[in-house]
Amino acid sequence: MSEETSILPAYIPPKARSLFEPHRLFLMAVFAVIIFCAAWFMRWDWLPRYGGRLAYGVWQTLVMLFWSSIVGFLLAVPIGLVQVTGPRPLAWLAKGFCSIIRGTPLLLQLWLLYYGLGSVFSQYPELKSSFLWPYLRQAWPYGFVTLMISFAAYEGEVMRGAFAGVPRGELEAARAFGMGRFTMFRRIWLPRAIHRALPTLAGETVLQLKSTPLVATITVIDVYAIISRVRQDTFLTYEPLLLLALIYLCLTGILVAAFRFLESRIPTREA
Amino acid sequence: MPSGLELLSLSPPGWGGVMLAGLAASLQLAVGGYLLGLLIGIGGAFGKLYGGPILRDLLEVYTTVIRAVPELVLILLLYYAGTDAVSQLFLLVGLPAVDISGLAAGIFVIGVVQGAYSTEVLRGAIKAVPPGQIEAARAYGMSPLQALRRVTLPAMLPYAIPGLANLWMIATKDTALLAVVGFSELTLVTRQAAGSTKAYMTFFLAAGALYLLVTLVSNIIIALIERHARRGMPRTG
Repeated sequence: MSEETSILPAYIPPKARSLFEPHRLFLMAVFAVIIFCAAWFMRWDWLPRYGGRLAYGVWQTLVMLFWSSIVGFLLAVPIGLVQVTGPRPLAWLAKGFCSIIRGTPLLLQLWLLYYGLGSVFSQYPELKSSFLWPYLRQAWPYGFVTLMISFAAYEGEVMRGAFAGVPRGELEAARAFGMGRFTMFRRIWLPRAIHRALPTLAGETVLQLKSTPLVATITVIDVYAIISRVRQDTFLTYEPLLLLALIYLCLTGILVAAFRFLESRIPTREA
Repeated sequence: MPSGLELLSLSPPGWGGVMLAGLAASLQLAVGGYLLGLLIGIGGAFGKLYGGPILRDLLEVYTTVIRAVPELVLILLLYYAGTDAVSQLFLLVGLPAVDISGLAAGIFVIGVVQGAYSTEVLRGAIKAVPPGQIEAARAYGMSPLQALRRVTLPAMLPYAIPGLANLWMIATKDTALLAVVGFSELTLVTRQAAGSTKAYMTFFLAAGALYLLVTLVSNIIIALIERHARRGMPRTG
């Protein structure tokens, strides 16, 4: 008993070791057999029929992810900045916004906006005749706004830390060079903060990707909605869901790799 | 049409009682799933740190897959797979088929998802414990389990608490996802109440306030626990 635990081996993350150790090869063989069994014994005949729609669904998911993250990030910058340097009332407002959004489930926010706001909007006849109505009648604007607000709140908290973490000396140096407040923000503070926030940003974007399927509950068509459709049509439980999990696994992998590439492009001085 | 406050009253014409029952179900799910996740997390963290190469790789696959696939998809998969597996098992043993309660299935699902995250949190926390402390416990002749209970777990607690607190918040919010599989927790109950009274705003805002209340109360409790766990440590920052 003491034999095995008295030597506490140093933890080496599995990734850091060679891919071709004997036990790895064995595990890979086991997984290959599992995948082969899944492909052979489960029903996949529906796949060709839905291939085009699945691709469309993945595209919709990515569009939703991309735009809600970009706009959400643009919102997050002032939310974070205001909490670090802004006037007190604005800082409280931003802090309150962040805690309310982060303290309630995304699904509830989504349904609040879609069903709640939707029912409020439909009470105003003048809105029905306005140019906005064609958009307000659809589901995707609600999904988009909810995802965007959620990303802004989570990322605003990250940006607050990032802005606060930029060394004061760098900002003072910028002032000493005679930069104005805005120039300093644009040239030094914001780029340095984004650089600091980049690893967290990658994690938040993965979380955002994982929240996108929720919009399918308000009838927005994304890859999750397509898979639900497949399940209804074919009465299969596991096959479509397993495929969906695989699709998200791949998307997450691509996202993580893209952020890693982005991070490696930014030169850093070795500490 | 009754006004907002009447709709929220606790007695039957109002939906307040139903919503509180939903909140209780949500909290049961969150607490159960969180505790199960912690158990999986402790096991997983020790497996990752001290286990053999195969165990480490398998745990790595577990945490990676769970953290890369949306909770909603995992909940659907595990909810069906879990209930299916149990009824198959019962059939195999020859017991009569039983209905697995939604609560048990929900706790299982949330626990498995939370387990992956707590594995990572606890692994980081255990690594932050100075190894000399664990070695000292071993030198005193404590068995591995005793060293775990007396030294490693208490010593890593201050490092783990921020991450674990975060996980608790995620657990409370993840319970809302079980609305999608038809489990009557707060969000689904709210939607039913809102749908049958058409007072969408009232009910969703009330549910939001309840979730927020849970978060705020949790924050206070977590601050107390953290102060307790950090007692005797030098103050930082």
